[in-house]
Parts: sequence; C-alpha cells; structure tokens
Amino acid sequence: MNWKRLTAFLAVVVIMFGAIAWTSPALVKDIRLGLDLKGGFEVLYEASPLEGGEQVTPESLKETAKSLEQRIDSTGTTEPEITREGSNRIRVRLPGVTDETAIREMLKKPVNLTFRGPDGTIELQGNDFVQNGAKVEFDQLGNPLITIKLKDAKKFEDVTTKLTGKTLSIYLDDQLLSSPSVNYPITGGSAQISGNYTLDEANNLKNTINLGALPLKLTEVYTQSVGAKLGQKSLEDTVGAGIIGTIIVLLFLVILFRIPGLVAGITVISYTWLLVVVFELMNATLTLPGIAAFVLGVGMAVDANIIMYERIKEEIRSGKSLLSSLKAGSKNSFRTIMDANVTNIISCAVLYFIGNGAIRGFALTMIFSILVSIVTNIFLARLLIHLLIRSNLFTKPGYYGVKEAEIRAL
Amino acid sequence: MLYNAKVRFDFIKHRNKFFMFSVILTLIGILSVSIFHMNFGVDFKAGTNMDILVGKKITQAEAKDILGQQGYSDITPTVGGTNGDRVSARFDDVLDQPKVKEIEDAFKAKYGDKVSSEVNVVSPDIAQELGLKAIYAVIIASVAIMLYVMIRFEWRMALAANIAILYDAFVVVTLFSIFRLQVDLPFIAAVLTTIGYSINDKIVIFDRIRENLRFAKTKNAEQIGDLVNQSLWQTMARNVYTVLAVLIIATCLFIFGSESIKLFALAKMIGLASGAYSSICIAAPLWMVMKSKQKTSTKQVAKKAV
Repeated sequence: MNWKRLTAFLAVVVIMFGAIAWTSPALVKDIRLGLDLKGGFEVLYEASPLEGGEQVTPESLKETAKSLEQRIDSTGTTEPEITREGSNRIRVRLPGVTDETAIREMLKKPVNLTFRGPDGTIELQGNDFVQNGAKVEFDQLGNPLITIKLKDAKKFEDVTTKLTGKTLSIYLDDQLLSSPSVNYPITGGSAQISGNYTLDEANNLKNTINLGALPLKLTEVYTQSVGAKLGQKSLEDTVGAGIIGTIIVLLFLVILFRIPGLVAGITVISYTWLLVVVFELMNATLTLPGIAAFVLGVGMAVDANIIMYERIKEEIRSGKSLLSSLKAGSKNSFRTIMDANVTNIISCAVLYFIGNGAIRGFALTMIFSILVSIVTNIFLARLLIHLLIRSNLFTKPGYYGVKEAEIRAL
Repeated sequence: MLYNAKVRFDFIKHRNKFFMFSVILTLIGILSVSIFHMNFGVDFKAGTNMDILVGKKITQAEAKDILGQQGYSDITPTVGGTNGDRVSARFDDVLDQPKVKEIEDAFKAKYGDKVSSEVNVVSPDIAQELGLKAIYAVIIASVAIMLYVMIRFEWRMALAANIAILYDAFVVVTLFSIFRLQVDLPFIAAVLTTIGYSINDKIVIFDRIRENLRFAKTKNAEQIGDLVNQSLWQTMARNVYTVLAVLIIATCLFIFGSESIKLFALAKMIGLASGAYSSICIAAPLWMVMKSKQKTSTKQVAKKAV
C-alpha cells in the first residue's frame, strides 16, 4: 500500500469537489440564459433602402444597428444582443422583454435624422441631404471636420440666415449627437461642420448623416418569441432530463468498470463544472439547444473514459501487470480518442460557420464541451487512475471489471 | 494480434444480408423523400408556428374552436405536453405581430394569464436559404471528415467510413420522412452531429484493424475477413458501451426534455442506433471487400509481370 499516492488522490478529489461546491451556487446564478429559456424575442431584419435604387452599404448597416441599440437601451432592456449578418441583415435578440409589441413597433421605424434649432423646431431632415454626400476632411491644422451637401441650397441658406449666431443641433431619433453653431449664412448648399472632433467622432457623425439621408427600411424576415413561463418550463424540463440521464450513465459506469468507473464519475462531474466555468468566462449565453449539447457532451465525455478503460481491461486480460496494463492502455487509447474528438470538432465547426442563431449556440457549446472533455476525461482521468493504481490499494482485477478466469497466462 | 476475441457472430459471412438491408432501406428512403417529401416546419417552409402552453388540460376540439373564432378554421392544431396542456399550430402564412397577439389573447381570455407561448415566423427567402445551407453543411462536413480520415488512415477506410456516416444521416432523414416527423433547424444539428459522432465508432474499429494488420496474414479474402471479425469483436464492448452511454442521455432528453427538444433527441437516437449498426455491419465489411479487391488485383499484376 502506498499511502502517499492514495493521499494525493484523495487530496485532488477533495479539493476539486470543494471548489465545485463552493463556486457552483454563484455560477448557476450568474449564467446567462438565452431567450428560449427565460422568455423574450428574436427578430432577424432585412434592410433595404427606403427609397429604392441605392445599395445597402456596410456603413449604413452599421449605423442602423447602432441606432437600434440606442433605441433598445432607452427602453432599459438588459443584455440585448444586436449582430449584423451578411451584407444586409441585422439580428436582434432581447431576452426577458415583456412588452414585445411596443418594442417591435419602435424598432421597425427607419432612423430619423433631424437638424433642430435652439428651440427644438426641426429645420432640416435626413432627406434634405444629398445621399452619401457627407465626407470627412481635414483643416489646415489637421483637425478632422465633416463636409455636408444639401439638395436645396436656397432652403439651407434660409435656415442658416435665420440661425446665424445660434446652434443647429443634430439629432438621431431623439438623441442629441452634436450642437455646432452657425457662424454666418451659408450659400451654395454645402457646409463644413467643425468642432473638437476626434477622427472617430467625425467618422461616426459622417456615417450618421449619410444614413439619415438614406434611411434603411427594416423588414422582419424571421421572428421567434418565447413566453417567460414557457421558457422557464423548458429550462426545468431539460435540465431535469439531463440530470436523470447523467445519473443513469454514472451508475452504468460504476457497475461496468468498478474503480475506474468511479474515477469516470468524478471526472464527469468536474467536466460539467468546468464547462459551466468556461461558459461563464466566455460570457456565453445558454440556450435550449445549448443545454442539449451540454447533456450530450456528458455522454461523449464518458466515451473517452470507456475507450480507455476497455483498453486497459483488454491489456489486463492479455496477462500484463496492472501498472503496465494502465500504461499500455492509456497510450494506445490516446490516439483513438484524439481522432474521434477531432472529427467531432470538424462537424461542429461546419455547423458553427453555416448555422445561425440557436444552432450556432449549439455548435459552440459542442466545441467547448469536446475541449473541456479532453482536459477532464483524458488528463484528469489519467492522473487519478494512475494515483489509485499506484497506491496498490486495489490490486484485484475484479476492481477493474475483469474476471480472473478471463486473464490469459503470459 | 493483441489477443483472440471470441467471434460470437461472423459479420463478414453475413455481410451481403446487411448490405442488402441497408440498400433496401436507402431505396425506401429515396422513394419516401421524393414522393412524400419531408414534413418541413416553419424553418424550412416559411409561415408561422405557434406553440402555446395553456396551463390546463385542453382538447384538440377546444383549441380548434378558439382558432376558428379568430378566422383560422382551416388550421388543425395538435395537443401535446405531459398534461395535454400544450397546443401547437402551424400557419402557412407569415402572421404579423398584431395577429399573433390576437390569437394569444383569445387563449388568455379562455384559460387565464398562465398562457405562455413560443412563436416562430419565417419568411420564404430565409426558409429557402436555410434549406440550402443545411445541404451544404452536410456535404462540407463529410468531405472534411473524409479528408481527415484519409490523412490519418488510408483512402479505403476513409471511403468505407464516409459511406457509412452518410448512410446514417440518410437513415435519420428516411425515418423522419416516413413517419412525417417535423423537420426544423435542430433536426439539421442532430443530423450533422450524427455524422460527427458516428465516425467515432468507425475510427475505433479501423484503428484496431490497422493495429492488427501489422501482425496478421492478409493473403486472401478469407484471412482479411478473419482479421475484420477479430477486430470487430475486440472492440465490440467499447462500441456498445459508448453508444449506450450517449443513447441513454438522448433517450432521457426525449422522455423528460422540453417539447421543443424532443424531436431533436429522437433524431439523435436514430442516428446513434444507426451509427452503431453501420460501423459494424457496413463500414468494416465494406473495407474488407475493397481490401480483398486490392489483394487480388495486385496478385494478378504480379502474375502478369512474371
């Protein structure tokens, strides 16, 4: 009996389970749930120019997405997710929203760019500007400024004459972007807006004005909305199913593989915990397909264990000593396990690049779960089983699910 | 050879029966898919899908009645859920938000505020795009896996494994088509991960065949067949256990999981079962057939050279 190794084994297990027990409540509480689990809605918008003709430019799409973000922020929604997809689509995900109708109505409206006088009256609107007419230039000192072009020079002259010495504020929807002052009446229909802008600020303002001149129309091409109670029920049912499945599999492992099965149980539990930690660190959102991937991942994590233990069993049966069976078994199974994992990652990567929304979540979870399972079920499992075997506490083949009669004499 | 496993069943001798069975199943699948098509859900067919949790027991007639009052008398909803408290309805039209709200409100009026629903609306363009993407995904994934296996093993094993995994994917499609089960995006995920997962067993078997090849005599088809049988039985326990572990989990998801994940779990179950079958009864015998061909052709070449 080698107490040192047994103590090391127990220490690893106790420390790990301690860490799991210590952190789990907080981890579970902090995990970000997708809208299919806590209710909310998702809309995929297709953007097209409001007044035909022009193409949707990457800048205008970006600006539109930004303006959607601002509108959503103004409603106080937490954790909105707004992503651009392809050249003309924007996906909006709003978990936990209750007033769906009002928000969707608000989001669908095209952006509204206005130039307002000091008293708030609207003097100029987006469509008063020449499409894509705003540009960023530099003055003699190298400071960025924005040049704008108007369709109607006379109208602009009238406005600037009226507001000379006052401010002409630029608003996107109801948000104030900038308040340049008018120094003198401007003729000719083009003007410069200067201020202490950084290059980024100037570029943003330029993009906003160009978007305002050609607002995008948003059409809902895909929507998913989930009631909060339904989401909650999905979460409970599926997590419950996962727990039941995991318990059955763990029992199955212990019955089949005895001591190594117990080790597999320990590594599967640490696998689950580590995957939650990775989720937390990546700030990933857990969706319903994500839970399915998580739970299926448990089955696959067990796979690596089974492949190794069956191999070790075979080596024991072939008449090798326990220690050399372990060495040969780990070595010979490693390659197989890696090959199997790599092919799995390949198919998940394809799924990730091709899929959308929830499917991407599933693929990403699968990839994480494979990587985490390599750590826990190959390296951790090996460490633990080495410590146990070398402790010389469990020397009978029966502890490894091998009958004495099956062992071939060398 | 590592050791002599007891060959309890000669898979190689019976290979033609397995090939026949799989070819027939594939033909049935092709017929079913081309005549009856798939039962596409909104993700691939455009339209609106409503899944309403009522909170009380509801009958199909009651649900149909409420939809009829809202002007959707041609819709036949299905009732499901553990307590028969869940209504699913599929509309071919793209319903806008106010209309969806009217339907929800109609259910709320009768069953109270406990009513909670999931609504999916998909426009025709997106539906078509998703369908195409799904087909590309299967092709790209299988080519990538094929290349990997070719690099790590040899082309015959890659080809045999690839035929078997594509067959597994098609078995899932076939059964979904025959039993008119609804095909949505999660179904694609299930089929694709079936491909990725079912290759595992094949790799375990081919890995063992490769290992045994170093010591075995492979002069004729009989010896190669013997080698394959040995390798199959040596890896049988692992293959059965690994599939069983994932199958247990998928079955639990199917029985206890939430409604929207049941069909996904079912697709996984079919894929797993077919994967276990095809590894043993298709992939390994196919390799044996190809390998024997190679042996006889090199022998003929050798003879000619003399």
